Amino acid sequence: MEILMAFIIGILFMSATYLMLSRSIVRIIIGTTVLSHGAHLLILTMGGLKGGSAPLVGENASAYTDPLPQALILTAIVIAFGVTALFLVLGYRSYKELGTDNMEKLRGTEGND
Amino acid sequence: MSLLHLAIIAPFLLAVFVPILYKHMKKVHTGWFVLPLPILLFAYFVSFISTTSNKQTVTESFSWISALGIDFTAKVDGLGLLFTLLITGIGALVVLYSIYYLSKDTEKLNTFYVYLLLFMGAMLGVVLSDNLIVLYLFWELTSFSSFLLIGYWYDREKSRYGAQKSMIITVFGGLAMLGGIILLYIMTGTFSITEIIAQSDVILSHPLFVPALLCFLLGAFTKSAQFPFHIWLPDAMEAPTPVSAYLHSATMVKAGIYLVARMSPVFAEHSLWLWLIAGFGLVTLFWGSFSAVKQTDLKSILAFSTVSQLGLIMSLLGIGAAALHFDNIDPALFTVATTAAVFHLINHATFKGSLFMVVGIVDHETGTRDIRKLGGLMNLMPITFTIAIIGAFSMAGLPPFNGFLSKEMFFTGMLSILNMDFNWGILFPVGAWIASVFTFIYSMIIVFKTFTGKYQPEKLEKKPHEAPIGMLISPIILASLVIIFGFFPNILSNSVLEPALQTIMPGFAFDVHIGFWHGFNAELLMTIGVVVVGILLYLTLSKWRSVYGIFPEKLALNRFYDNGLDWMQKGSHSLTNSYMSGSIRNYLAYMFSFIIILLTATLFGKDAFAVNTENVADIGPHEVILASMIAIASVAIMFTKTRITSIILTGTIGYLVSLFFVIFRAPDLALTQLVIETISVSLFLLCFYHLPKKLTDDPVSFKVRNAIIAVGVGAVVTLIALSAHSNKLFDSISQYYIENTYSEAAGGNMVNVILVDFRGFDTMFEITVLGIAALGIYGLIKLRKTGGKKL
Repeated sequence: MEILMAFIIGILFMSATYLMLSRSIVRIIIGTTVLSHGAHLLILTMGGLKGGSAPLVGENASAYTDPLPQALILTAIVIAFGVTALFLVLGYRSYKELGTDNMEKLRGTEGND
Repeated sequence: MSLLHLAIIAPFLLAVFVPILYKHMKKVHTGWFVLPLPILLFAYFVSFISTTSNKQTVTESFSWISALGIDFTAKVDGLGLLFTLLITGIGALVVLYSIYYLSKDTEKLNTFYVYLLLFMGAMLGVVLSDNLIVLYLFWELTSFSSFLLIGYWYDREKSRYGAQKSMIITVFGGLAMLGGIILLYIMTGTFSITEIIAQSDVILSHPLFVPALLCFLLGAFTKSAQFPFHIWLPDAMEAPTPVSAYLHSATMVKAGIYLVARMSPVFAEHSLWLWLIAGFGLVTLFWGSFSAVKQTDLKSILAFSTVSQLGLIMSLLGIGAAALHFDNIDPALFTVATTAAVFHLINHATFKGSLFMVVGIVDHETGTRDIRKLGGLMNLMPITFTIAIIGAFSMAGLPPFNGFLSKEMFFTGMLSILNMDFNWGILFPVGAWIASVFTFIYSMIIVFKTFTGKYQPEKLEKKPHEAPIGMLISPIILASLVIIFGFFPNILSNSVLEPALQTIMPGFAFDVHIGFWHGFNAELLMTIGVVVVGILLYLTLSKWRSVYGIFPEKLALNRFYDNGLDWMQKGSHSLTNSYMSGSIRNYLAYMFSFIIILLTATLFGKDAFAVNTENVADIGPHEVILASMIAIASVAIMFTKTRITSIILTGTIGYLVSLFFVIFRAPDLALTQLVIETISVSLFLLCFYHLPKKLTDDPVSFKVRNAIIAVGVGAVVTLIALSAHSNKLFDSISQYYIENTYSEAAGGNMVNVILVDFRGFDTMFEITVLGIAALGIYGLIKLRKTGGKKL
């Protein structure tokens, strides 16, 4: 399972990188979302999968799944959401104001070039 | 920390107080506060003469970075002492002179004396450090203070140009020297010069020996303005004249000679050392004296003259090294060259120092240094004229001055090269003789074009008269030394010369006796020849001056320097512009590429890549289906062209991930992910209307580049994920949380307890991040640019 996940994570990262390098601002935002999914799964896989029952004391199991990666990911999910929301609004506003989602055309409006 | 260390640091300490004294004691010239220090230091170092003349040395160590072998070890030996006396002695005279040269009403005296003290301390550090790294630090500090002093009148274009030029060339050499120091450390395992000398036999055959030797010579040649690096020295003449007299003729430019002398016991066994130093010295000697004759600015003449004299000393040191190199020839034949070098070093400081001060006086009193405008000042400035005669005649090598003695010894040294089995050896005495003729000519130009001939008051900015007595004291002292050393050279023999020579060439016996009369030998005939031919050529100067026009200006070294600098600036500018495109996306591409290279290299370089198929979790058919779906969705999202498909596919991935969380026994994650994904998709849909219908498409080549980078990143992450699973370097810290969740925090849900209890601060900051994001979103949606008016 870990081997399979390693490849899935690779595919997620690949897709995210490709999207983030694109010119369209919407693609870049989607890229960051996909990247966070990949990172979450990576953290989880590093900790080992299916090591026991869910990390709840009430389960009274002999072994539990590693709770630490889960705690990290929980934090990360929420922050990723905050970032995505901000980016999305940023994309929306810049499209409204400037009329394009092309990063190439957004260059040099400050008068540096 | 000893008194010796304090003596080195004292100038720096005084430099701290100079601005304060300048600010609060405006009525007194700041120089008067500075003057006592070099005098005190001079007296202090004179007290070492009795020690060094008994072939003793004084070493004081002060622990600094001992772990790296870097200690501030100060060592007084013959060579170091000779230089400290020059630095403090000439330093005192120059400070005294500067008090009258620089007006306290118009000049920024605080910065001037701070820089000057900075230099004095740095130079003392250079000549007293036994540790090469400490020596290097002080060495660069002298370059730096020289830069500041040349640029003292920084509102002048030429000052800035000269300052930059000297900085670039000397620091370039300094860096090369640092390379040499490190190579020596690799060979010997120590930075201490004393210990390196002890191992000099061992390192001679080391493959790094020659590179180290070349690096040190590069440092010495740039600092001592040897051909072709001499071009910075004439431009350094933009500095105030006291600075030129001090740094650019008496002390700093001799740091390269000091380095050669100091490192001779290490390198001189190698023939390369001998020939490079003697050869470059001779070329510099000739080129400097040849170029000096065509100058019209008095200071430029002196600058080229300094270049030439530095070449003279350098070539003598090179020939002296032959004593170590040739075993079958009597070393006394060559050590006379080293003796001449050290003796001339002292003489040069005296006569050149006095000449610089004379030129400073002429400049100060007439407002010009151009020999075409000057003339006939003899009657107006009799004392200055006398000093100029003494200095210039000594420089020309005429008796009874000290320059005559060292010039004779110089010829002896040059003739000694004929004893070597070397066909081209005759070039050395011939070149030396021709250079001496030119030296004679420019010495005469300095005196007679300035002080005799037609007086042209209409061309001068001021009405000239004799300088104030305070300004004359220093040159008078130096001129007296020229005469004293001329008549009684042996007062230097035992006290200064022999100990210094002993340091340069340990293992040889030195018994220096300098006398005027050696009979009608080759040297005397050479001197007579110089005088006769020199006078003839001086008198016919106007007839053959056109010789200088033959040399094409295009090939001048300065042109190479200027074009090179220009080319480098433009080159680095276009190079930087080629990749600093201002587009963040490009930078992102660099970063991703770099991540790929760095991580792959580390993974395989450290042999960390491993695939361990033991101890893996089982795979069910439903998991394979989910995994394929997520893979398909991720690949598909790369190729979508419309907004709605993108959003749906993003949502798909998110929900699939939450299903994976369920499978991997992470109920909290699954719940959170479901909620968040729902909100995200809603948010996407909310913005849906406002997002462009069709997404901007990229050109194909651009897509290919991105695809390559993307595949690379994906592959590297896969490799890391595999290795991370397969290598378990140490036990997880999770066990602690599993065991203590209930007992410490009284909670059943381990993930929740970690978040709100064990790692509560993380969660708090997470909330802060969300708060900031919320404020940002609010601002983006609500706030508008209204041109200053309220809505």
